[in-house]
Amino acid sequence: MTTLDLTSAVVVGGLFAVGFHLLLQRSLMRLLFGFLVLGHSTNLLILLAAGPPGRPPVTGHGQDKASFADPLPQAMALTAIVITFGISILLLALVYRGWLMLGHDEVRDDVEDRRLGESEHPRRPGDAAGEPGETPERTTRETTRETPGKGEER
Amino acid sequence: MTDWLLIAPVLLPVLAAGLSLAVWRSAGAQRLLGTGGLLVALVDAVVLLVLSDRRGPQVLDVGGWPAPAGITLVADRLSALLLTVALAVALAVLVFAIGQGTVGSGSGDPVHAPFHPSYLLLAAGVSLAFLAGDLFNLFVAFELMLAASYVLINLDADESRIRAGMTYTITSLLSSLLFLTAIGVVYAATGTVNLADLGDRMPGLPEGLRTVFSLLLLIVFGIKAAMVPLHFWLPDSYPTAPAPITAVLAALLTKVGLYAMVRTQTLLFPRTEPWTPLLVAAGVTLLVGILGAIAQQDLNRLLSFVLVSHIGYMLFGLSLYSVTGLTGTVLYAMHHIAVQAALFLIAGLVVAWSGTASLSRLAGAAPPPGILAALFLISGLSLAGIPPLSGFVGKLVLLQAGTEQGGAAALALLAAALLTSLLTLYAMAKVWRAAFATGSGRPPPARPRGAGTRLMVGATAGTVLIGVALALGAGPVARVGERAAVDLLERDAYLEAVLGGRGAIPTDVREAEEPEHTRSTGRIRVGEEGPGGENDRSTHRTEERERR
Repeated sequence: MTTLDLTSAVVVGGLFAVGFHLLLQRSLMRLLFGFLVLGHSTNLLILLAAGPPGRPPVTGHGQDKASFADPLPQAMALTAIVITFGISILLLALVYRGWLMLGHDEVRDDVEDRRLGESEHPRRPGDAAGEPGETPERTTRETTRETPGKGEER
Repeated sequence: MTDWLLIAPVLLPVLAAGLSLAVWRSAGAQRLLGTGGLLVALVDAVVLLVLSDRRGPQVLDVGGWPAPAGITLVADRLSALLLTVALAVALAVLVFAIGQGTVGSGSGDPVHAPFHPSYLLLAAGVSLAFLAGDLFNLFVAFELMLAASYVLINLDADESRIRAGMTYTITSLLSSLLFLTAIGVVYAATGTVNLADLGDRMPGLPEGLRTVFSLLLLIVFGIKAAMVPLHFWLPDSYPTAPAPITAVLAALLTKVGLYAMVRTQTLLFPRTEPWTPLLVAAGVTLLVGILGAIAQQDLNRLLSFVLVSHIGYMLFGLSLYSVTGLTGTVLYAMHHIAVQAALFLIAGLVVAWSGTASLSRLAGAAPPPGILAALFLISGLSLAGIPPLSGFVGKLVLLQAGTEQGGAAALALLAAALLTSLLTLYAMAKVWRAAFATGSGRPPPARPRGAGTRLMVGATAGTVLIGVALALGAGPVARVGERAAVDLLERDAYLEAVLGGRGAIPTDVREAEEPEHTRSTGRIRVGEEGPGGENDRSTHRTEERERR
């Protein structure tokens, strides 16, 4: 088993704690930062999985097999960095889109929870035009639905 | 030749996705690439299924690197079965989306142009997840699949969808990071990420560590498979997307999570007894899901909760760790892919016809055409497990497994499963009454009009037919499923196919050095000089770690 030195353990653990703390915030921007920090902590953890630092990299010729640093975690960390990078950009775009459309970047209350909170006023069955965002019906396809046969117009 | 067969379900959709993005101005070319790519991949999956059933697991070491070091693709019976059904359903849903004409076929429309490429990448990710032979590659597959699904679920999103899309994206990202963390920790402990190699080495680890890994992976895949209590994101996010996207995500993504769970738990942490934590999780999933479903007033949310609930059946089969139980899981997963996709597609059509997803409002609107009612009847009854249909086959095997097992926990779960079945029937009846039942005071059913609508109905019928075919071919399918379950529990075929006699390690040398029985006891290569360079390195590392 690899045992970590104290510094690495504290750094990785601290990053995880900060990341999860940020992830629990309501602001989407902070969520994004939380994701970034968590990504870093995970990648660091993978690098630490390679064993103690300080060993030379692989050159391929005439090396004692035990002396060089394990290249596999490095490859994995690189792949993971690329993936988290790409996803971060996508997430950033989403946050921006949400901000454009909603005018703020707060995570909203769960629709169902809000409905339960407002349940003193039961909905009427035939109430076709509810206020926006009031009823759970508005959360599904109703606003985005397409009429059948629209495809033929093209 | 088998090399190409193994890589094709991943490579073809990726290549088609690239081309599809390049020709985004032409909707026709995009459609052709999408359906063509998936069709060829589907044929390939069928061939793989036949091959893996006849000759045992098919293995490909990508790039020629031998198994524990390189990227490995493995198609055994379980992966080939699920791959075939998944690709078939993906193809049908794509046809539905083309018929709908709203997502992904706008000619030269930059907003919808990413639909086809993303869809193909999603299919590639699903295929790779089923075929991946190592944990890290599984992670990459998940990321490929999820990244495509983020695009799909947020495509042309309005206000409410962007909110739901964020929930989905962030939950999935968190589970991915946890997965990555698990990979890092597993690598630190064992020095490998290859599933077969891990299966070899895991039993050598201390008991506590194994439990931690097992639970960590269970949680990671539990989030993806929407296992209660990790299911909360699903009913909030899936129902808001357009019908075909909901259908494909609901049918495939949760099942990929489940597949990963089955694969890792059986291969890495072999058990002979039922596993109580999973047994409890299965029971809670069954009941919480279905109770959530019958409380819903929204068609799509109701179906999402039913989806969560029925994940419990598959967990039930897995938690028993018996051949019958796993057979049930495999059969149920196949059935569920087809039926759940069909139900979401039908719901999409109903919403398109009536203009609302609210059950109470549907009851006042004109019912959709009779053919849709018939399709819903078949799917709904199949989901509830009414005898001649595919859901019955899976449930029967699961119930058999439960009674075989005996014991209070298994029997309690059996009761929960039966109750869920009944309540599913109730939920389906509720939908039927609201959406399809004709009666006095209701306008007569609408009629399908236009080629696009007919294509959508046809694709839905095709998805339903996949389910019916599973029921008709229940005998052979169940036998293949049972063989897959035996493979899962015995593990030897998989380990032998991946690790034994491939690449740079000749069979005779390897076997001389390491007989079968030492391998299964988990002692890892301790020989100072083995034939393969990578192996030596990892051997040395492990030794080094053991010394510390």
